[in-house]
Amino acid sequence: MADQTAGIEQGGIKAFRKGPDLFRVLCWVASAATVATLAWIIVEITHQSWPAIRESGLGFLFGDKWIPNRGIFGVLPFLIGTAVSSLIALLFALPLGLAIAIFLSEDFLPLPIRQAIRFTVEMLAAIPSVVYGLWGIAVVIPLVQIFGSWAVVAFENIPVLNTLFAPPAYGNSMLTASLVLALMILPTITAISRTALVAVPGTLREGAYALGATRWEAILGVIVPTAAPGIVAATILALGRAMGETMAIAMLIGNSSRLTSSLLAPAGTLAGLLANQFGEAEGMQVSSLMYAALLLVAMTLLVNMAGEFVLRYTQKRTAGIR
Amino acid sequence: MDQQRPETSVVSSASFAPVNTPAPRSDFLKVDNFNFYYGKKQALYGINMEIPERQVTAFIGPSGCGKSTLLRNFNRMNELIDGVHHEGDILLNGRSIYDKAIEVIALRRSIGMVFQKSNPFPKSIYENIVYSLRIAGVNSRGILDESVERSLRGAALWEEVKDRLHDSALGLSGGQMQRLCIARAIANRPEVLLMDEPCSALDPIATAKVEDLIHELKKEFTIVIVTHNMQQATRCSDKTAFFYLGKLIEFDETQKIFTNPSEKQTEDYITGRFG
Repeated sequence: MADQTAGIEQGGIKAFRKGPDLFRVLCWVASAATVATLAWIIVEITHQSWPAIRESGLGFLFGDKWIPNRGIFGVLPFLIGTAVSSLIALLFALPLGLAIAIFLSEDFLPLPIRQAIRFTVEMLAAIPSVVYGLWGIAVVIPLVQIFGSWAVVAFENIPVLNTLFAPPAYGNSMLTASLVLALMILPTITAISRTALVAVPGTLREGAYALGATRWEAILGVIVPTAAPGIVAATILALGRAMGETMAIAMLIGNSSRLTSSLLAPAGTLAGLLANQFGEAEGMQVSSLMYAALLLVAMTLLVNMAGEFVLRYTQKRTAGIR
Repeated sequence: MDQQRPETSVVSSASFAPVNTPAPRSDFLKVDNFNFYYGKKQALYGINMEIPERQVTAFIGPSGCGKSTLLRNFNRMNELIDGVHHEGDILLNGRSIYDKAIEVIALRRSIGMVFQKSNPFPKSIYENIVYSLRIAGVNSRGILDESVERSLRGAALWEEVKDRLHDSALGLSGGQMQRLCIARAIANRPEVLLMDEPCSALDPIATAKVEDLIHELKKEFTIVIVTHNMQQATRCSDKTAFFYLGKLIEFDETQKIFTNPSEKQTEDYITGRFG
């Protein structure tokens, strides 16, 4: 490079090139700082959790009791609570969010109305978590209580359902938290899926119509499959957000460390556990909470990495049509 | 005939299949005093033409002359655009394509279309071809397999892809993708094949293959091809229609259009004086 440009760099070009070089350095510093911060967070949490790791090791993951004043720290109920609440939230939010995204990407309604709906859905993401928590307490808890007291009677003799909806029916429960969580991740799924659907080339839609497809056949058989990488990305980002969501969950889930199969019973998540207990913790409890935080970080990183992997794999499959 | 093509029985209620027509019709696709509007803007003016069965008809003319617009009316693709309307009629095998009894879905199954830019679905080669059969409710493995081989052979692609039918269609070369789209369009055995500048994105070798293919396909299908390439029109069409500013200026045997056109405008265009 230097050889090729030696001739022209005699003049003012060399001085000019300093601009881009400085910019390159700035970019390097910024990216390095980002990577370093992530590493720093993980190192610090690992360091702080070291006493707990040494004391309980992997048993920490499988312990089903969390009793700080007796020095018993098992995080299994919270691991399960995090996974279950996130998955139930996805179960509600994915079909709903995808349906909204399809609806908004088609011309079923005039554009101004679609834009109003899109704006409203995306504004759901702007509401602070704590407000969702308050709304959940005021609205969702009473509703879940009504549903719960009906469900425990109605499902009493139906296998599986009578385990999932076992009495007593509390308001502060896994179900309440999951429902509010579903609402919170809805904008993520809708916005990213809609972008992916809108990006599907019009030529594919025309191709499907020209072969005699109806609108729904074109949507379900061609357009949604083509947008699948984006929809997968939306799902995984939403899952990541659901797993890390703290405030609203801490306000609604009941923060119980008791492991139960009933969705109507209080439960707990890793994020909720940290928010609730860190302020008053000391000694081994601090270290154990740091250990829990490390697990939470590991889980969200794994989910996002899995997402990247799936995204790349599916993108490779659909490359070349854009 | 119906026994040979059970896959189209699903649409037989609205089928355009000829009933005992031994000789090809000279007015298989008939345009009758057709006007077409995008909103208030008129795009086609009083078009009258008769497109013969199992021949290749080329539409030529400068950009914006209405040739693609007319082509896209044959399978009513223009109706996907807001605010369009038409006057006059188009008849396929003697029957109006706007007949209330005919569903646009069935019409599009009878009139295949190949686009300017190849548009394979992000599915396997096999699934691309059977798409029109699947949406018609055909799921019999035997019929689908038979259709894939017949269509790919028809599109001169079989030898190149027979060992990787279940690979993604997006791994094919540009020319192969376009031939796949032709195979997909003929899988359901349409009566007419519309081609909207099918070679404009292809290199000369791939173009030659598609042109050879058009020669083969006209034994079975009525073909209408829009092209900007004069040589292509002379090489592969029997009749040529020249459009200018939304009007059909001249429509005649290709030989005559390119050697002895009746209209001054046609002569100016094909000799490269404008366009």
